[in-house]
Amino acid sequence: MADNGMNNPVVKWIDHRLPIFTFMNHELHEYPTPRNLSYWWNFGSLAGIALVIMIVTGIVLAMQYTAHVDYAFGSVERIMRDVNFGWLVRYIHMNGASFFFIVVYIHMFRGLYFGSYKAPRELLWQLGVVILLLMMATAFMGYVLPWGQMSFWGATVITNLFSAIPLVGDSIVTWLWGGFSVDNPTLNRFFALHYLLPFVIVGVVVLHLVALHRFGSNNPLGIDTKGSQDTIPFHPYYTVKDLYGLGVFLIFLAGFVFFAPNYMGHPDNYIPADPLVTPAHIVPEWYFLPFYAILRAVPDIGLFGFTLIEAKLAGVLAMFGSIILLFFLPWLDSSPVRSGKFRPVFKWFFLLLVIDSVVLGYAGSQPAEGAWLAIGRVATAYYFLHFLVVLPLLGRLERPQPLPASISQPVLKGGGSTAGASAKPMEKA
Amino acid sequence: MKSMMKKGIFAAALLALGFGISAPQVQAAGESQPIPDTKFSFDGFFGGWDKAQLQRGFQVYNEVCATCHSLEYVAFRNLLEIDFTEEEAKAIAAQYTVLGEPDFYGDVEEMQAELPSRIRGKGVAENAPDLSLMAKARVGGADYLKALLAGYEDAPADVEMQEGLYYNSYFPGQQLSMPQPLWGDDVTYADGTEATIDQQAEDVAAFLMWAAEPHLEDRKRTGIKVLLFLIVLTGMLYAVKRKVWAELH
Repeated sequence: MADNGMNNPVVKWIDHRLPIFTFMNHELHEYPTPRNLSYWWNFGSLAGIALVIMIVTGIVLAMQYTAHVDYAFGSVERIMRDVNFGWLVRYIHMNGASFFFIVVYIHMFRGLYFGSYKAPRELLWQLGVVILLLMMATAFMGYVLPWGQMSFWGATVITNLFSAIPLVGDSIVTWLWGGFSVDNPTLNRFFALHYLLPFVIVGVVVLHLVALHRFGSNNPLGIDTKGSQDTIPFHPYYTVKDLYGLGVFLIFLAGFVFFAPNYMGHPDNYIPADPLVTPAHIVPEWYFLPFYAILRAVPDIGLFGFTLIEAKLAGVLAMFGSIILLFFLPWLDSSPVRSGKFRPVFKWFFLLLVIDSVVLGYAGSQPAEGAWLAIGRVATAYYFLHFLVVLPLLGRLERPQPLPASISQPVLKGGGSTAGASAKPMEKA
Repeated sequence: MKSMMKKGIFAAALLALGFGISAPQVQAAGESQPIPDTKFSFDGFFGGWDKAQLQRGFQVYNEVCATCHSLEYVAFRNLLEIDFTEEEAKAIAAQYTVLGEPDFYGDVEEMQAELPSRIRGKGVAENAPDLSLMAKARVGGADYLKALLAGYEDAPADVEMQEGLYYNSYFPGQQLSMPQPLWGDDVTYADGTEATIDQQAEDVAAFLMWAAEPHLEDRKRTGIKVLLFLIVLTGMLYAVKRKVWAELH
């Protein structure tokens, strides 16, 4: 570790002309990282690795896949049966998508709890939201490719959302489809875009990392690093910690891939697409269910008996709004304290948001009627209230606990004085 | 730090539990009666094929189901994988036909099937679905297929049957267009197993699971090795992590 190989003459020669080694040494080795990061901080690197796994398996699958309505389903079955280890690559890709979302959702809730979106990391957070949107588009189009029943009907339902746009909606849908229904042109362009977008994601991930390395990681205390006593070099400390996290992640992924590969999928997608037969319930993949619940929760919005916004358009606006909202989060949350650790009231609302998201997901999986529709509506209302009302008010009304003076203080002293100081107000709350 | 980790693991366990609870209910959204669990040889971590059962199941397919249903993603050569000999597989293929390419006039010749041919079924029933993926394309999988095939009964008095449909409480909607296919002794098993309705239904359900997921046994065998490897690797990575971090704490 002493010279990192930087004194090797070949490395020196190249580095003088193309400072790639200096760059790597600076960003991956010396890169000063807060010494108190918890395991919640593993999920960023896990998301990056999940993206790589998806791209590698995806490229291999694309070598065997046929993007044509007559052959797509059969080509996937050929991959599953006749291509050497095709079943393995496809199951990794299928379950990898779910795990990518699990990891990213945990990563986001981590950011929400510890205030990672607050100044000066607003753009870092927003780039993350862009990545989420791109992931959703990619996942949606990928789900269409096997051309099963859910592929076809999911594509039909989701693309039809755009018909809610006044005046030009129907034309936009026809344009998206490349025809008058979801058909071969739709499948072809979805395949092209499904192959393209992951590389766009890679680009935004690079920007996400550039923005991250500008100020470095946030940390569980949410206070700035105040000098070298607060930080440790990224390598070997966080490389080894991330590797350990990767091992745990792979155990979970392998558990699903080898023992329950279709658990998170839908049986209907093993039925070839049939435009003449509609499945009893059209449901998206589980990671879209909370948004699906929001989409269906909104009724017609009217005034004095006139419908101002039809339910379909209102639902679409609410669904996209639920994500667009996140772009404004750094300014909606008015509290200057980043970490939820020191915010006695915020903590509970955060927990409520987590529960709310799970409830939304469950409501999204149920037919939109009866009790679950009502619950979905309440949960949708809370989702928006949380960001638009609770967070702005909390920053003004809540009295945060005193922040520790520095990161090294509680860590080095084993959390002595500050932990005691923060324990008392918690009992009151 | 430690307590954070504990909380993390707890949260992850909760999350896993959440998935465990929600996902099956997502799928069980129909109104049909709950599907009883059948103990199959391929269940569980160490499950694998019972090839004698798969052969019996194929016999049921061959002599009963094939009258109407195709099995288009399975070829006769695949039967070698469930321990039919090449001669047996060829003899089976000889009972079937395949359709050739259309000629200049668009006429299609019907030829005798060979080992590489896909199993087209023996008859043509317009609305009989292909069975190759049936065990993965229905909620409940092989358990459901067994329950359905052995679960025909007379419609309760208060149910008004539609013309040409048959009552089966396991079918979503309870009325399906397939008449009861198995009545007991529909086939004579070469290994002397008694061909009851239940036995035949279970055998053909197992066979259809194989048809839908021929690499299932491979997958689970590989999975055990991969998991053992990953658990050891992760344990070692944890030890390395502890060692590297020891000087910090």
